[in-house]
Amino acid sequence: MIEMQDVWKTYPNGTHALQGISVKIDRNEFVYIVGPSGAGKSTFMKLIYREEVPTKGQISVSGFNIGKLKPRKIPYVRRNIGVIFQDFRLLPKLTAYENVAFALEVIEAPKRIIRKRVIEVLDLVGLKNKANRLPAQLSGGEQQRVAIARAIVNNPTVIIADEPTGNLDPETSWEIMQLLDEINFRGTTIVMATHNKDIVNTMRKRVIAIENGNIVRDQPRGEYGYDF
Amino acid sequence: MTFRTFLRHLREGIKNVFRNGWMSVASVTSIIVSLFILGVFVLLVVNVNSFADEADSQVQISTFLSSNVDDAMRQKVQTAIESMPEVSKVTFVDKTQGLKDLREKLGADGNDLLEGYTDETNPIPDTLKVEVIEPSTVSFVAGKIEDLNKQYSSQPIYKVRYGKGTVEKLFKVTRLIRNIGFAFVAGLALMAMFLISNTIRVTILARRREIGIMKLVGATNAFIRWPFFVEGALIGLLGSAISAALLFTGYQMLENAIGLDVTLNFHLVPLSDIGYLLGGFILLLGVLIGVWGSTMSIRKFLKV
Repeated sequence: MIEMQDVWKTYPNGTHALQGISVKIDRNEFVYIVGPSGAGKSTFMKLIYREEVPTKGQISVSGFNIGKLKPRKIPYVRRNIGVIFQDFRLLPKLTAYENVAFALEVIEAPKRIIRKRVIEVLDLVGLKNKANRLPAQLSGGEQQRVAIARAIVNNPTVIIADEPTGNLDPETSWEIMQLLDEINFRGTTIVMATHNKDIVNTMRKRVIAIENGNIVRDQPRGEYGYDF
Repeated sequence: MTFRTFLRHLREGIKNVFRNGWMSVASVTSIIVSLFILGVFVLLVVNVNSFADEADSQVQISTFLSSNVDDAMRQKVQTAIESMPEVSKVTFVDKTQGLKDLREKLGADGNDLLEGYTDETNPIPDTLKVEVIEPSTVSFVAGKIEDLNKQYSSQPIYKVRYGKGTVEKLFKVTRLIRNIGFAFVAGLALMAMFLISNTIRVTILARRREIGIMKLVGATNAFIRWPFFVEGALIGLLGSAISAALLFTGYQMLENAIGLDVTLNFHLVPLSDIGYLLGGFILLLGVLIGVWGSTMSIRKFLKV
């Protein structure tokens, strides 16, 4: 599914964000990426959805050679990857429905199908009755649900979640985690960077720890392993 | 791109114009102002040009013939002048006609002056009125006509007259006005373009995030660009249409006002002569500016 071979990433300012990472994540896995701030977690995630290009090494995501991708092809790869952020990144002037529908409009899906599918996923994330609200009229947890609905609406094979619970209170965080778990259960690979000790230690999944640009730990049903 | 997607881009572009509210108003206003000033200058240049052309075309060379020239000789000279490539028309005005013309021109004031002159005592020489194709060649042609005396021993040409000095000055002035006018118009067009591209750039800057999100959910560059393209074209069209309407209304009013004043020996180039061309030019320029501005401004945001 996702495979990295000796991946290096050096930023123009000389920072060595990743130093020779090799990892393999299989279809249907749920992986936590943990580690101190600035260890390279975000870079790791960005390389997967091709916001950054590796300086050295190979990355393949569902069969695409991400590093050597022509710019023209990037949009088509991204349609296969759902992305969720700490700050939700919804379009503020569009309603919940429109935000989700947007991901389908982009791939020029027929209107009838958009309607059906958007209502389906809004129902799945429990926001069917708030479809016509603007992001500002929704709570943080609800906004993250809209973002999740948008990420899964065109049935991606992978979901990349960069601290999806970072801005949410513990109770809401758990609701979001249950939602992600269910999405994973339905067959979507999930890679999630997090600082949330409780979640990692309670909802046991594979844990990959990154420090100073290297993978220092990779456990099948791991624990968070840090005290912050 | 499917037709439905095209409609979607169109709809989004129109929606964006309204969503951006005051920014759109600012863009439209800057297009109106720039194109209006541009239009005023184009109209000014057109009118100065037409005025200058009119003045140019009134420049004639009067070739006075010596009194000993007979019909056959006169015919020879006329043919010689007509055969010059710069000359468009040669009219023969005999002395009788010349006296009559002078009486008419001077009117009541000339009665005393010209009293006593009859056809027999007419002091006016036979004259060939020469018109040239290109007014600036007047002095050159005049010289050529004078040189005809070298061909004929009878010296048939008594004198060649044209508005020497005045003509040259007039040409200098009209050429200057044209050049300055065109330079000014070109400069203004450029300024309008930068003004508008900057306004649209600000609009796009405000939507940087939006574009980033579009890219993340897998929108192609073309898909992102289209609504902005439509928006730019729409703003340009709106601004230029209002600008053209204002310009034409104002011009029409000016034309009417000048037309009513019979003492003015001057008229504007009629709107019907230049309206379609100028209107088309303004609309085209407005749309081009809008589209160019939006495409230029969005380019660097697409490299995510």
